[in-house]
Amino acid sequence: MDTNLAPATPKTRFFRRPAVMLFLVLSMVLGMGAYTFADARGLSYLSNDPKACVNCHVMNDNYDSWQKSSHHAVASCNDCHVPHDLLGKYLAKAKHGWRHSKAFTTGDYHDPIQVHPESRREIQDNCLRCHGKLTDAIAGHAKLGKTDEVNCIRCHATVGHGGR
Amino acid sequence: MSKALYTLGFVAAAGAGVGVALLLGNIKKHQVEATVTNYDLVKVDEKTADPAEWGKNHPRQYDSYKRTVDMERTRYGGSEADPKKPDTTYSKIEEDPRLVTMWKGYAFAVDFREERGHAYMLQDQKDTERQKVVKQPGACLHCHASTTTVYRAEGIKAGAPGDGTEDLCSAAGKEQLMKGFDKVCSMPYADAAAMAKHPVACIDCHDPKSMALRVTRPGFLDGIAVLAKSSEPTPALPSVEKWRKGDRKRDYDPNVDASRQEMRSFVCGQCHVEYYFKGDAKRLTYPWHKGVKVENILSYYDEPVFKDGKPYKDFAHKISGAPALKAQHPEFELWSQGVHARAGVACADCHMPYVREGAMKVSDHQVRSPMLMIDKACQTCHRASEAEMKARCELIQDRTKALMDRALNGLCDLIKDIEAAQADGAGDEELAKARDFQRQAQFRIDFINAENSMGFHAPQEAARILGEACDFARQGQVELAKKHAAKPALPKPEVKAP
Repeated sequence: MDTNLAPATPKTRFFRRPAVMLFLVLSMVLGMGAYTFADARGLSYLSNDPKACVNCHVMNDNYDSWQKSSHHAVASCNDCHVPHDLLGKYLAKAKHGWRHSKAFTTGDYHDPIQVHPESRREIQDNCLRCHGKLTDAIAGHAKLGKTDEVNCIRCHATVGHGGR
Repeated sequence: MSKALYTLGFVAAAGAGVGVALLLGNIKKHQVEATVTNYDLVKVDEKTADPAEWGKNHPRQYDSYKRTVDMERTRYGGSEADPKKPDTTYSKIEEDPRLVTMWKGYAFAVDFREERGHAYMLQDQKDTERQKVVKQPGACLHCHASTTTVYRAEGIKAGAPGDGTEDLCSAAGKEQLMKGFDKVCSMPYADAAAMAKHPVACIDCHDPKSMALRVTRPGFLDGIAVLAKSSEPTPALPSVEKWRKGDRKRDYDPNVDASRQEMRSFVCGQCHVEYYFKGDAKRLTYPWHKGVKVENILSYYDEPVFKDGKPYKDFAHKISGAPALKAQHPEFELWSQGVHARAGVACADCHMPYVREGAMKVSDHQVRSPMLMIDKACQTCHRASEAEMKARCELIQDRTKALMDRALNGLCDLIKDIEAAQADGAGDEELAKARDFQRQAQFRIDFINAENSMGFHAPQEAARILGEACDFARQGQVELAKKHAAKPALPKPEVKAP
């Protein structure tokens, strides 16, 4: 018999139960995750604050030039970059968040940053959300907004911000 | 639940813990990157020539600076090693023997290779075969070594006030620099080179106190000041035009007058320019007195104010006897005539683009061809694919090369014709006009040939220059043909009435 082992009291027996040990480890992971989330200002990403988009500084150029752009007073990041229905907005935010954090953490992305094709379509929809009436006549018969070849930002590239 | 399932859950949870910890570490690292952009580990001052010292404070920039040892090539340039002589690049005169004809009688006909990266500038200048066939002056060192501290030390020895610790832009600092420059220019090359320890380094472009860009090369300081005094428009250099509208009480000084964006070209223009050695003192001079266009420079050289009251020449052409000129890498001059320059794009925008490193933005100090980094160099502004940008650039270069081939053929034909006329007994007076056409054509061809972009820096200007070169070469031939035609009257063809 192993004499080194402490006698099993009800207390120690409780901590040796597998379910309890698993619970402890999971709690730690959850705690660390919560801390990491808070430290990385995770909640800010659910907001509409444009400052959230420069948390990691990679989009500083875009943020700085947006402040000087023609749209500065009327549109912030989310106005153009995410859909405007509740489900679509948070689904897009989740997708963007996943792509961006993967790119930034691994450092594996195209520099200068390029817009994702899906994101480009979201931007186009948002151009028309405000300017739809004005552009109706030209959007009606052409392929405007329907393809990546002809969309608003192809020509109006810097209305939102400079850089890419 | 079974024990195995618990163990699996336990291991998975622990793994997730490790993952979260790693992510937290990564986020922390990026957060620190965003706040600390440089490290003041050592003190650098006006006497710190060694780039490794500066590198301790600016490790990212220093890292990329050191990578200028890389030897890569593009279609028309780059610096791939010569398989026959691995420590050098391939020979341009072996690749195109017409260049030997063009430079017959000058050291470039002996050895002319593709330039290597900044890291090799001092070594390659010491090693070139040209050193063996002519006695080079210390003036050559101006652009092949870190000379800022060397000039100042020599200037103090020559009697300039101070001890070399003053701000370079102070009166004492400037006097040290200029006095030392004069002294080193007239030295034999070997003596001058013995004083230089590094290829171009941090102190040659940066102020050690503020890290701001700073022009330190006397040749450029003089050159841009005389350019400012000329009447040639300089739309690519707005601060020069602004100075011209002022009271002009003092000379144009890039370190005072230029914008930061202009300085991002001026620090490169300190060396990537056309130049000559003035007089017996071999003072390095940029011939910008009438402007920086090829004809401005030529008309400066053409004035009969040089040796023996004649126009300036680098050498007498060995075959034709023409008073020939050798153009040297006029990148700054050609760039200034291009659309990029006019749009305010600086050398550093394409050759040292900003790169993202984690949460930081640093300018890439591995100065090299933008063709090797099209994403960062071109796509910051151009919204086309990398393949498309490369194709656009190579199209410009292919067209320039085709035009240069025609111009070179014309020049070689003219040289052959002058040679034949000489053998026929034609004298100097009779050949003067043809020889001048050779000089005019040759300098224009060399202006584009020696320039390191195969026309890209200003495509239309390059084509204009080469078009003129073709014309001058053939005009020279016509000139000779006229004289030949004048002697034996050709039988006139009979014209019958219809």
